[in-house]
Amino acid sequence: MWDAVWLTAKLASVTTAILIVLATPLAWWLSRKGSWLREVVAAIAAMPIVLPPTVLGFYLLVALGPQSPLMAPLHPFGVRTLAFTFWGLVIGSVIYSLPFAVQPLRAAFEAVGARPLEVAASLRASPLDAFLSVELPLAQRGFFTAAILVFAHTVGEFGVVLMIGGAIPKQTEVLSIKIYEFVDASQYASAHLIAAGMLVFAFVVVLAMLLVGRGLGRLQP
Amino acid sequence: MTGDGLEVSLEGRVGSLALAAAIDIPARGVTALIGPSGCGKTSLLRCIAGFRRLAGRVAFRGEVWQDEARFVPPHRRPIGYVFQEASLFPHLSVRGNLAFALKRADPAAGPPSHGLDELVELLGLAPLLGRGVAQLSGGERQRVAIARAIATQPRLLVMDEPVSSLDPDGKAEVLARLEKVTAALQAPMIYVSHDRAEVTRLADRVLTMAAGQVRSAEPPPQPPRDAAALDALSTEEVRRLALAALKAGLRPD
Repeated sequence: MWDAVWLTAKLASVTTAILIVLATPLAWWLSRKGSWLREVVAAIAAMPIVLPPTVLGFYLLVALGPQSPLMAPLHPFGVRTLAFTFWGLVIGSVIYSLPFAVQPLRAAFEAVGARPLEVAASLRASPLDAFLSVELPLAQRGFFTAAILVFAHTVGEFGVVLMIGGAIPKQTEVLSIKIYEFVDASQYASAHLIAAGMLVFAFVVVLAMLLVGRGLGRLQP
Repeated sequence: MTGDGLEVSLEGRVGSLALAAAIDIPARGVTALIGPSGCGKTSLLRCIAGFRRLAGRVAFRGEVWQDEARFVPPHRRPIGYVFQEASLFPHLSVRGNLAFALKRADPAAGPPSHGLDELVELLGLAPLLGRGVAQLSGGERQRVAIARAIATQPRLLVMDEPVSSLDPDGKAEVLARLEKVTAALQAPMIYVSHDRAEVTRLADRVLTMAAGQVRSAEPPPQPPRDAAALDALSTEEVRRLALAALKAGLRPD
């Protein structure tokens, strides 16, 4: 069981790190005013919220399988498929949790607005300098929210994992799958243990979000 | 065009306003730009600073900031900009805000003529340095913002109604400091206001903007040298002379 806990934590951490890096430029671009194209891209980035996880998982299974043209560039490196592997799960989780990173970051960047960047430019800060030294610190609440949401959402993921990961111990057998297997095997005591642990985890996550939302503003100098 | 001050000739639409500016601002002293709210003063400043682009040309001391071919981005224009509302960075202390600008001052412009100590002295910031931005009054914030703009060692300082959102006490406090700033500063300044009374203490010259239009004042009419020349003037010319004399501070006895 501890293998599953460790694997789940690893999957959620890797997914969170990748998503923060990927979603930051995307969310920032979406937060600027402008063309209808942004709304189209925003809609695509939000689709995983509405899509059944099994649909997403099915397409990923096809895309990451040995027959997929997307896999062809990896063949020379000895990788024929990412289905039923840890990195396949990471790719699935990144796509599945994308909206949970993009939405809070976009909202945070929009709340900061264009003015602080103009002020920074008037003080000779290049656009990248202004982004790193002004926009990021002012949007930090959005980063906390995004990281917490993505981590928790990845921990709770079931459908996508089942479709593209299966239940290979130490590779793709995460906690939510483990519960399912315990129940399937009528081992209710073990299922209870994990379920109760997840319950406590969920409470801590929500509490942390509320504290971040209320407290962080006051902690700033 | 003399080429040693700021030359601006811009034209274009800003929302529903048709903006047209043809001004030539000397390289020294304070030029006030006044006009009613919504007449395009802020938009014009934003074009000069490079936050907005309209068709035309902007050049400063012979250096072209904008023409058909080029557009220098705001962070490469040696302008100090004081915004109308408090624009201090809330994640930094007063000292942090000043350091942000000092750190990025153009090293090519030579050693800073206004270091931290001079700025603190000039704008009376000593008791504020360690404070957070949220703990400042409106007047204190604008004093810090002015110091921060000067900290970039600007070659042109622009101020967009820096006191119009302040209460009377804050206004007096900032204006008193501004008089010291204008005395100490080498760089020319453009000071935008909708209040003519406010600028009389500060400005060396006044440009008036209305409905998006502004152009540099024509040179004042030359008074005639003798009675015969005066007799030859039309009523309209005499009226203009009398008006210019009144504006220059002469009072009819």
